[in-house]
Amino acid sequence: MTYQFDYSAIGDYKEILFSGIAKTMVLTFIGTTLGLALGIFGGLCRAWSIRPFNYFFTVYVEGIRNTPFLIQLFFIFFGLPSLGVVLTGWQASILAMVINLGAYCTEIIRAGIQATNKGQIEAAVSLAMTRMQIFWRVILPPALIKVWPSICSQVIIVMLGSSLCSQIGTEELTYAANFIQSRNFRAFETYFVVAGIYFVLALLVRQLMMYIGYKWIAGRKL
Amino acid sequence: MNDIFLSDIVINLSYGLLWTIGLSLVAFVMGGIVGLTLLFCRISKNSYLRNLTKVYIEVFQGTPLLLQLFIIFFGTGLLGIEIPPWAAATLGLTLFTSAFLAEIWRGCVESVSKGQWEASASLALNHYEQMRHIILPQAFRISIPPTVGFSVQVVKATAVTSIIGFVELTKTGSMLANATFKPFLIFGLVALGYFILCFPLSVFSRRLEKAMHIS
Repeated sequence: MTYQFDYSAIGDYKEILFSGIAKTMVLTFIGTTLGLALGIFGGLCRAWSIRPFNYFFTVYVEGIRNTPFLIQLFFIFFGLPSLGVVLTGWQASILAMVINLGAYCTEIIRAGIQATNKGQIEAAVSLAMTRMQIFWRVILPPALIKVWPSICSQVIIVMLGSSLCSQIGTEELTYAANFIQSRNFRAFETYFVVAGIYFVLALLVRQLMMYIGYKWIAGRKL
Repeated sequence: MNDIFLSDIVINLSYGLLWTIGLSLVAFVMGGIVGLTLLFCRISKNSYLRNLTKVYIEVFQGTPLLLQLFIIFFGTGLLGIEIPPWAAATLGLTLFTSAFLAEIWRGCVESVSKGQWEASASLALNHYEQMRHIILPQAFRISIPPTVGFSVQVVKATAVTSIIGFVELTKTGSMLANATFKPFLIFGLVALGYFILCFPLSVFSRRLEKAMHIS
């Protein structure tokens, strides 16, 4: 018996699919922005050994990088309520993504900061810049440019990982796929199309990240 | 079912951990074999083969593992073959791992300096001999730290297979959490289990990397 592929069965669920795409993108956007901010702070603390934050960030980075995202998600969503922290699926997803990306960004940005040429810092000190000025104007922009490709890859990985958020009821793209295939019983076609959408999204996000990196960060006066 | 003791939880989770270790090992070894084949296609002189592998790698790197598993799990069903979750998990993770390893190793082959290729060509070695005696031995040395580092990703990726019903550490944890109503404790223990597996690998990878930079 040969199977008849029928992709038209997905067309009826366009709205759910588009809302899923939008939610996945919003999740990725918030996760990236906050995760990057957390990563810059963590990277600074680790690279300059700012106590006591550097100890905290070391434990945090090792803890997050050595456990699966799915478990972090389950821990936040199912585990935290017993401490009295009850989060909705959406809040738990955002929190998990920020925490996850923050850990990877901390490590990536730390490497970027540590690769800064000593002479640059000495030159900045000789111009009587404060520590914060040196960090924001002399160290951070070149450090970010240097590690930007790694950050882009990590953002893509986190975006693809956001498909796991469907498991705690966040209505993003994979949730939409599960919903659609439970209605039209066209599991293969639905997952195939949605995988294709993720692929295109990943390409778009990469292009966008590269654009931001080279226009915005590199274009800034150093 | 109201008297599940901590010892029962730990024993059941340990069984789950064993399945996680087993799946990781199988996925890593088989992914390595497939990845090596892909690597040779990716750096071959045949441009058709090269582009085909490139597409393969980009597809597997650009789509979520969860959807890959769904497609394999449901897709094989359409062909009339009902495969159990463990087979779908193994197949899915093997393909996933192979794409990443092939790309990591390609980077290693390309990081061998051009001069090595030219020097070996000037000694009248053919493509195969160049690969076999000059390029691959050097690339192999460079590839060890990132490969060990990637094994951490493989272990973590096995958690996703719980969603298609493969009973490993995560699935065992979910089932226990549902039975005992102690999700905080159980997911904490599950996380600890993964940490015990992954942390030594991370440290080992970093140490190898450092040793390589010194030499």
